[in-house]
Amino acid sequence: MSKKPVAAATDTMTDTATVQDADVWPLWEVFVRSSRGLSHLHAGSLNAPDAEMAVRNARDLYTRRNEGVSIWVVPSSAITASDPDEKDAFFESPRGKEYRHASYYTESEGVKHL
Amino acid sequence: MAHQASDTRASAMGTSVTTESDSAGQARFDELIAADQRIEPADWMPDAYRKTLIRQISQHAHSEIIGMQPEGNWITRAPSLKRKAILMAKVQDEAGHGLYLYSAAQTLGVGRDRMTEDLISGKAKYSSIFNYPTPTWADMGSIGWLVDGAAICNQVPLCRASYGPYGRAMVRICKEESFHQRQGFEILLHLSRGTAEQKAMAQESVNRWYAPALMMFGPPDADSPNSAQSMAWNIKRFSNDDLRQRFVDMIVPQAEVLGLTLPDPAIRWNEERGHYDYGDLDWDEFYEVLKGRGPANAIRLERRRQAHEDGAWVREAAAAYAARQQASVVERIAS
Repeated sequence: MSKKPVAAATDTMTDTATVQDADVWPLWEVFVRSSRGLSHLHAGSLNAPDAEMAVRNARDLYTRRNEGVSIWVVPSSAITASDPDEKDAFFESPRGKEYRHASYYTESEGVKHL
Repeated sequence: MAHQASDTRASAMGTSVTTESDSAGQARFDELIAADQRIEPADWMPDAYRKTLIRQISQHAHSEIIGMQPEGNWITRAPSLKRKAILMAKVQDEAGHGLYLYSAAQTLGVGRDRMTEDLISGKAKYSSIFNYPTPTWADMGSIGWLVDGAAICNQVPLCRASYGPYGRAMVRICKEESFHQRQGFEILLHLSRGTAEQKAMAQESVNRWYAPALMMFGPPDADSPNSAQSMAWNIKRFSNDDLRQRFVDMIVPQAEVLGLTLPDPAIRWNEERGHYDYGDLDWDEFYEVLKGRGPANAIRLERRRQAHEDGAWVREAAAAYAARQQASVVERIAS
């Protein structure tokens, strides 16, 4: 996989912009854990001057109705993502490997607890 | 960077020349749209699609932000502590909706600061509905019931818009809008069941908001040249007139529950069509307001500009603090 400039690669994974217009405040990606036992999920992005403000801003923006018990913020520029132009080559490997799924094995049909 | 490169190419060569990667991109884009799949930020997309989305999403964001003003106007004068708390929550939601949408627009390569500049310089447009004044408390009811009701009609189909970040922002927004519509309905219901004076206030407010709310769906289909392209791109799912009809069909029975009337003598059930008929709207007024000559355009923009300028020292201080924190971290690592 070729190395892509971070800003361009970022948007494959998140909703982050390839910001062509420079903003005064950097962009952050927000991840929210909705309850204990679940993963933090990407909720969206926001602009904030620093990490602490980003967390507070994220609380006001993404958890006004009990949506979360924990928040992560990550500078958008820190995310490295796979190259969208290499989509097929990069993700093709599982094709033709149906035997990796339980549904491939049909002869045991009707046998209990299997 | 992918987006920058393709944008530069497009502007440098105009529309007539197509590179190999563009035609491959266009083919892939057409394939995704035909399959009703979503387009994501890093995907190749036609320049016109990107521009249309930037315009639509940023206007939508500006509308949410400006939309805080007509209601913010009543926070200090809400008739009870409960109503004040509700109104504050609602205005906070509008700010949130604006920010979700600005983020969605940013994924297309337009900066937040530039969008703010375009709004306060008067270059960008926003929904004409927010250029009407809110002289009575009943207007808080009408805005929730009619304005947010119309917005929901418009926005529910946008949850399936072909551009992923826009659709995702709309899902979040629609969840929150239903509280807005219900609280507005309740304000009107309480007024309508109150004294004769309160009921008259509710009726007078509905009379003023009915037509502007219907015009929120945009001009009639025949005068909406961009609609067909937006529908072909799966950004828009229903035409302006279809959505307007759906809204009228919803609010006529709701007005009956409220015990209020809608100020349109042409409203009657049409058995044959299976819809309510309604009268013509004053589109000259719509275009006047859109062009900035509505009753409150100047006040809204001035207030927004003032707020932005008054907040400049906060933004500067926060940026300076962040820079100093950053510098001290670098210093500690170095030593």
